[in-house]
Amino acid sequence: MIHTEHISKIFGDKQVLHDVSTVFEKGKTNLIIGESGSGKTVLMKCLVGLYEPDEGSVFFDNRNFTQMPLSSRKEVRKELGMLFQGSALFDSMSVIENVMFPLKMLTNMTYGQRVKRAVECLSRVNLRGVNKRLPAEISGGMKKRVAIARAIAVNPKYLFCDEPNSGLDPRTAILIDQLIAEITHEYNMTTIVNTHDMNSVLGIGDKVSFIHQGALWWEGDRHSILATDNAEVRRFIYANEILQHFQPTDNPTGDAESS
Amino acid sequence: MKFPGHLGEYLLLMGKVLQRTPKRKIFWNQVLDEFVELGVRSVWIVFIISVFMGAVVAIQIAFNVDSPLLPRYTVGYITAQSIILEFSPTIMALILAGKVGSRIASEIGTMRVTEQIDALEIMGINSASYLILPKVIAAMLANPLLIILSMFVGIFGGWAAIFLTGVYSAHDYVFGIQSWFESMQVIYALTKTVVFAFIITSISGYYGYYVSGGALEVGSASTKAVVNSCVMIIVFNLILTQLFWA
Ligand SMILES: Nc1ncnc2c1ncn2[C@@H]1O[C@H](COP(=O)(O)OP(=O)(O)O)[C@@H](O)[C@H]1O
Ligand SMILES: [Mg+2]
Repeated sequence: MIHTEHISKIFGDKQVLHDVSTVFEKGKTNLIIGESGSGKTVLMKCLVGLYEPDEGSVFFDNRNFTQMPLSSRKEVRKELGMLFQGSALFDSMSVIENVMFPLKMLTNMTYGQRVKRAVECLSRVNLRGVNKRLPAEISGGMKKRVAIARAIAVNPKYLFCDEPNSGLDPRTAILIDQLIAEITHEYNMTTIVNTHDMNSVLGIGDKVSFIHQGALWWEGDRHSILATDNAEVRRFIYANEILQHFQPTDNPTGDAESS
Repeated sequence: MKFPGHLGEYLLLMGKVLQRTPKRKIFWNQVLDEFVELGVRSVWIVFIISVFMGAVVAIQIAFNVDSPLLPRYTVGYITAQSIILEFSPTIMALILAGKVGSRIASEIGTMRVTEQIDALEIMGINSASYLILPKVIAAMLANPLLIILSMFVGIFGGWAAIFLTGVYSAHDYVFGIQSWFESMQVIYALTKTVVFAFIITSISGYYGYYVSGGALEVGSASTKAVVNSCVMIIVFNLILTQLFWA
């Protein structure tokens, strides 16, 4: 479980995050949704310590990550994996070397053990026969799979995914979403996924946090979101034309409040 | 250039670079890779430029300095001095700043904008040290060898030019080269080389590491890396010359 208390982040004179306090639950896919530019990436980077929040703290299983000395942070870092928006594979390394890399840097496994573990992870993400290829030589969907394999190689307790299906065709996007959800439940990880894709929300949203202009606006899950009467959330959901057909005609009584 | 801000940020980065984290074996393998990339792959350009510059220097000196009043070792001696003291260590450093500096800045800058550096940090790896230190060490080891090569090849280029054009006695040229040899001069030249290697790799690493934006910014970081490395090489050339010979 990860929770945040009153996180704010300011770049120059622009406040990007406003007092975000929330909980991301263990064994669930916790989605952070919102329009482009609403602050999802900044929030995620604050969670993992790539950005320092200007106010507030992040807790990993009640350990205050924000206040920790660098040496203890390193230990927490070993328990987390992250999937970046552009995959962020090391482009000078082959697919299998990418997956073996964290094992080489962070564990004392022998070369043989590392290969074995990397092959395991690659087959877990259903990727076979491309081990020797370079990232530039595989498709976008494959890159995401390699990035997932690399993120889970060290058996993380926490998995962070920034827009895992951006730039993918709808079918591949759904497969990647499902893979993330399966892995989360299988390994009982605390998974946080940034997305602006309603397909993901309805498909894998065990918990959904809606961010609007850097503030936490609404929380719920994939069932309650369709029924909410929060205006901003509704504008976000029903931007998609197909979903407009499912828009409730009478105003339902909301199950969550704006914060 | 907002100089004080850059300097502070640069020094902070160097502090981070020097806290080496990866395992010893991984580190030295990286140094070896970079030695090949930055050193071995520069042999050809160093060779070509040194031959031709050596030739031009020798011909210029033969034409302009030779006089019956001067001793016969003059042309060979001055050519060798110019090459050993300034041409090989300083001019070659400027050329390597162009070749190696732009490569380092664009490689690290690309890793920054494609979030590969974030990926390293997430794993708990000190990305600054992991990416920059092996390049610094490799260049500090490789460049002296490149510069020694440049000295030999440059002096040879001078001989070849004189021999082939017949503007001067090749025999006297060789006599001039052999007439004096001060090891202090070579030590001075190699000291400069090591300092310049540090300047090129660390400044280029700095500009690459702090890129933000996309491909365009990587390109302009690469330009800034080369320009600022060159300026610092010229400045430190003066400082080191003062320190050594004053
Ligand atoms: N490093 C930065 N410096 C300044 N502003 C930033 C930085 N990163 C993000 N921002 C700003 O913060 C806002 C939120 O960005 P981001 O979190 O990337 O949005 P998204 O929800 O699309 O992921 C944007 O307005 C963006 O311009
Ligand atoms: Mg984003």
